[in-house]
Amino acid sequence: MLSQIKTLWTVFVHLFKRNETVQYPEEMPYQAPRYRGRIILTRDPDGEERCVACNLCAVACPVDCIALQKTEKDEDGRWYPEFFRINFSRCIMCGMCEEACPTYAIQLTPDFELCEFDRNNMVYEKEHLLIDGTGKYPDYSFWHVAGKTIDGKDKGEAQNENKPEDVRSLLP
Amino acid sequence: MFFENINWSYVLILPLIGGALGGALVLVWWERRLLGFFQDRLGPNRVGWFGILQSLADAIKLITKDDWVPPFGDRALFILAPIIVAGAMLMAYAVLPLGPGLIIADSNIAILWILAMSSLAVYGVLLAGLASNNKYSLLGGLRSAAQMVTYEVFMGLSLLGVVMLTGSFSLKDVVHAQEDMWFCIPQCVGLVIFLIAGLAESHRLPFDLPEAEHELTAGFHTEYSGMKFALIMAAEYLSLILISALIVVLFFGGWLGPKFLPSAFLSGIVWYGLKVLIVINFFILLRAAIPRPRYDQLMSLGWKILLPLSLLNILITGAILLGTQ
Repeated sequence: MLSQIKTLWTVFVHLFKRNETVQYPEEMPYQAPRYRGRIILTRDPDGEERCVACNLCAVACPVDCIALQKTEKDEDGRWYPEFFRINFSRCIMCGMCEEACPTYAIQLTPDFELCEFDRNNMVYEKEHLLIDGTGKYPDYSFWHVAGKTIDGKDKGEAQNENKPEDVRSLLP
Repeated sequence: MFFENINWSYVLILPLIGGALGGALVLVWWERRLLGFFQDRLGPNRVGWFGILQSLADAIKLITKDDWVPPFGDRALFILAPIIVAGAMLMAYAVLPLGPGLIIADSNIAILWILAMSSLAVYGVLLAGLASNNKYSLLGGLRSAAQMVTYEVFMGLSLLGVVMLTGSFSLKDVVHAQEDMWFCIPQCVGLVIFLIAGLAESHRLPFDLPEAEHELTAGFHTEYSGMKFALIMAAEYLSLILISALIVVLFFGGWLGPKFLPSAFLSGIVWYGLKVLIVINFFILLRAAIPRPRYDQLMSLGWKILLPLSLLNILITGAILLGTQ
């Protein structure tokens, strides 16, 4: 009985508390920088696509909303996605793709205002996803640290990478 | 002359019905708004000034909605049920005093009339549950019937103390008998019992077991939509206003202001409205704060605690009355 009266009083006091909610369309709530919203594809500091089309994001995605096709650049041998498609009407903004991505290419942004009248407009192609900047991790460039050979960077020329061992030098 | 034969209090009927229904509409918005404030949010504030037209928007939505009658149910009873509920509730307003001299029918059995009408409304609820031919609706209707049978008993008994002190069933006499002291002091037990019974009678939370949306989806009005649903909701808010007004009339001196203020401080009808508003807001606070009891708890509270308590209240009131006479 006493606890019921205490409850009544506690709830009554909340009449004079500040509101937790905000007037949303006029007043934006604070968006944390690492809020998981709309997905983007970023570029490395050189301005090239970070995505190497490894398909790990598509594998990690619990709702299978990511589709992509790997291809290679003829001039330097870098891998990149021929197409990269995210169906945002399926996406649950879980961030698994971002965690799976080895090149920090796929990232989630604080934007959550994904509204379309036509459902097909929720399907984003690569040109919609790709941004000009680096997003998070502005200095990271996958091809500068990876061991894979591309044009202009041979084996052993990446950052923190030793020259390949000349196995013949070990011969007696 | 024709006008000499008219009972001028009948002029009140239209304003009363309009006021009660309009009050119910505003109350829907006000309750949602207040619940929002209690829960640290804003509540509906978009339509009109501070959202006051929200109920109007809801009403337009409900009117334009498909008025569906379940093909598996009893069609006639299904349509009749909301009319009974709302009609019985409105009939109870006939004997409710609104201020000094402002009363449609000053009946000498006013209290009995209101109790009878609020019992008739249960038929509507029960028929709604039965006619829907849906297990949730039927459960809601059954619960409602059992709850009413339980709570009706000591709702009447809790008022007997007031009636004994007044010596009359007329609500006007009840108010006039409170000129020296409001009945909330000598009849505080009766007030608490009547408050709980009134909650159960108007199936407000926390005693909304007939329509408990978490267990029975919407209880007896699961199948209702459109204006029939609106009518049931309106009846619910009408009964909330009725119970609040009854509590004010029976226990808080009706249109009488507090003793220590000069009588010309505020007019009677303003006092009356203020008191009714406070009681309504208290009901909304109860909804926001108190969890719903289990069904057996509700029943055992009624039969094992409140019924003996109200009988004891009558006994003690009677003994004191006999002793002082």
